[in-house]
Amino acid sequence: MKETIIEKVREKFGNKIQEFFKKNDKKYYIEIEPKDIFECAKILFEDLNFRFCTASGVDCEKNFEILYHFSYDKTGEIISLRVKLDKTNPEIDSLTKIFVAAEWIEREIWEMLGINFKGHPNLKHLLLSDDWPKDNYPLREKD
Amino acid sequence: MKKIIPIGPYHPLQEEPEFFKLYVDGETVVDIEIEIGYNHRGIEQISTTKHYDQVTFAVERICGICSTSHPFAYVNAVEDLLGIDIPIRAKYIRSIIGELERLHSHLLWLGLAGHFIGYNTVWMWSWKYRESVCDILELISGNRQHYSMFKIGGVRKDITKELIPQVEKMCNDLVAIFDMFKGAVMDDPVIHARLKGVGVLTKEDAIKYCVVGPTARASGIDIDVRRDDPYAAYGMVEFNIPVLNNGDVFDKAVVRILEMYESIKIINQCLSGLKKEPEGNIETKVDFIQPGEGIGRHEAPRGEVFHYIRSDGSNRPVRHKIRAPSYMNVASNKVAAVGQTISDAAITLAAVDPCYCCTERTTVINLNNKKSILCWNDLIKLSQEKTEKLKNNYAK
Repeated sequence: MKETIIEKVREKFGNKIQEFFKKNDKKYYIEIEPKDIFECAKILFEDLNFRFCTASGVDCEKNFEILYHFSYDKTGEIISLRVKLDKTNPEIDSLTKIFVAAEWIEREIWEMLGINFKGHPNLKHLLLSDDWPKDNYPLREKD
Repeated sequence: MKKIIPIGPYHPLQEEPEFFKLYVDGETVVDIEIEIGYNHRGIEQISTTKHYDQVTFAVERICGICSTSHPFAYVNAVEDLLGIDIPIRAKYIRSIIGELERLHSHLLWLGLAGHFIGYNTVWMWSWKYRESVCDILELISGNRQHYSMFKIGGVRKDITKELIPQVEKMCNDLVAIFDMFKGAVMDDPVIHARLKGVGVLTKEDAIKYCVVGPTARASGIDIDVRRDDPYAAYGMVEFNIPVLNNGDVFDKAVVRILEMYESIKIINQCLSGLKKEPEGNIETKVDFIQPGEGIGRHEAPRGEVFHYIRSDGSNRPVRHKIRAPSYMNVASNKVAAVGQTISDAAITLAAVDPCYCCTERTTVINLNNKKSILCWNDLIKLSQEKTEKLKNNYAK
């Protein structure tokens, strides 16, 4: 039997996988450490020809989560890479060096949730105006 | 002298303002800066303050042209979260609405594209015939736009057996019209000369920018959510996905024209499917949204719409992430428009079909702040003059 794309991903990620969750035949959620995001995204995009759909930043009670959604269009499967970031000084590597398509969404998550993307070439406001007050992040949960 | 041509941010006729700053050197565009956010309404935040059924209608307001794209992706996301299936009849109706929307959206784009290059006949025709697509939607849903047909678990209105023959006839009448457009675009040497090789997005760039929809398919990327990850009735009908390789404006136009034939094919199969299904069964009842996550996609006229929804078990989503196709496609103008002449900028920027919007106030400003006057109308005039010149050359 041919190896499925999910098996390939699991093999390539190896012990980087913190938690693997199969929602249904087409949707998979893989939790990884924030430090591994660049490498894992590179594996998906460059080695396995996934397409980057978008990323969702979520403010959870204890931490921030970012889900990077990748689509494998040959079989219609979606893998969402989940990373959890500390609430104090949240930051993560930018993926813009792998694909330009990450540029806008990282700017959006930065301005909406205040997550810093290390190595982003142009981290400025995308949707909010340039004179938006500092340290005011609209999608952060208010106490 | 290096100049900046700002295009945008508002156009009184259309929604979705964007702002393009074209850096030009003489006639050539050397760089482009894209600014969005002029129409940021905070829908993702609003969505978390509404209950699940209300969100369907809130997201329908995101786009005025492809108004059903967002509810379509949203209900897919919630149903993915719930893990439920919907009645076959509802599936057919969903696909019919989705395809009718594709038809009127592509016709709208074709008209605008025609106008920008000075083919006002194409513009008048396609907007005239777009009306008949709106008539079909009105017949089915009661509305010409914002059809409010979708709900979690199914659809809100049935297409009864009395309606089916009428819808069938109105759809099939459109085929002759598409033939006319196909002829007008594909057989016209001036359009070939005007659009071929213009605004090229190479396959490599298309992959890097992760573009979707007709923009990707004109650059040789064979993706379509309807086939790759079938939802609604798309797994039960047969259709082709036109893919072309040049990545220029011409191919983007042709992909859209060919897609319209496929949409009619899909609608006809769905209507025949409806005839076999018992009437009235259009909804699976949903009483409770359990905690969890769901992802929904829909192949909108402009490409993949992506919705991510997270529930904590209450009656409102705790997070709703929405990504429209233009979010990916508009960014690719950074490579498609650079190296082109100013007279090609209008049609290149329009070629990704960014719910065309942005382009009323256009002035040329040079870097020493001396203003000269070159407004958006001048830019269209430039574009139209180029076509005229080409036409005259062909006449000789």
